[in-house]
Amino acid sequence: MIDLGKYAADVVLAYCISLGLILGLIGLSIYRAKRMKADLAAAEARIEARQNNGT
Amino acid sequence: MSLWEYANPRKFMALSGKLLPWTAVGAALLCCVGLIWGFFFTPDDFRMGSTVKIIYIHVPSAMMAINVWVMMLVTSLIWLIRRHHVSALAAKAAAPIGMVMTLVALATGAIWGNPMWGTYWAWDPRLTSFLILFLFYLGYMALWEAVEDKDTAADLTSVMCLVGSVFALLSRYATRFWNQGLHQGTSVPVATGERTVDDVFFIPLAISMVGFAVLFVALVLLRTRTEVRARRLAVLNARERMSA
Repeated sequence: MIDLGKYAADVVLAYCISLGLILGLIGLSIYRAKRMKADLAAAEARIEARQNNGT
Repeated sequence: MSLWEYANPRKFMALSGKLLPWTAVGAALLCCVGLIWGFFFTPDDFRMGSTVKIIYIHVPSAMMAINVWVMMLVTSLIWLIRRHHVSALAAKAAAPIGMVMTLVALATGAIWGNPMWGTYWAWDPRLTSFLILFLFYLGYMALWEAVEDKDTAADLTSVMCLVGSVFALLSRYATRFWNQGLHQGTSVPVATGERTVDDVFFIPLAISMVGFAVLFVALVLLRTRTEVRARRLAVLNARERMSA
């Protein structure tokens, strides 16, 4: 492990907060993208099924 | 072929679907190399000690905080002038990324400032303009959610983006306008190339800066694709309600 000296707590805190925020943003973006893709696919399938039943 | 063809949502989805994996892998590689190199394999600064390692996150995030707003300005202008929906959705998709980058820049700056300046916060021109930029990001995102009609929301947020651009530019050039602030001037002036940072710090910093820029591209593509799908879903749901 590297020696960060007397500022170790400051440096580690800065990295933890930053990586937490950035990884949180990435995670939320991927989660919302997947959910929206699934919701849209379900809606399109529902409409297609309704159109097929109607004809 | 015109660039404006990619304002067509179908073409945008096709192109962005191809670009997204490459940008995501590139961003992951560049960010990992830049940050791991900077954190583990660079020496301490003779004055700042190990706190110099904070620059590998602070500088790229501050750079992106301003550049994301500039990107939002360009896409907002495209919306206002040419009424391309994808450009308005791209601006909406970029705002949370810019907000997080601004927050990271403010947090890392405060953590660095405490041991170096003796305070977490000072009403320094650059710090203050960054705080205002952060509030503009929050206001911009809130305005998108507050207005029900999405075209009206795009109009209002675009105007807000134009106003906020003043603070994005102030954030960038604050250290040149006012000399009484604590924050130092830029160490890597792109225009003159006369940087004051040694290569041992600059190379991982440059990799990290490019990594953050590519990460933004990957995220904005992903989030814009989500917004395009959300808009399509809203249209389908509205049609279903009308036909029921």
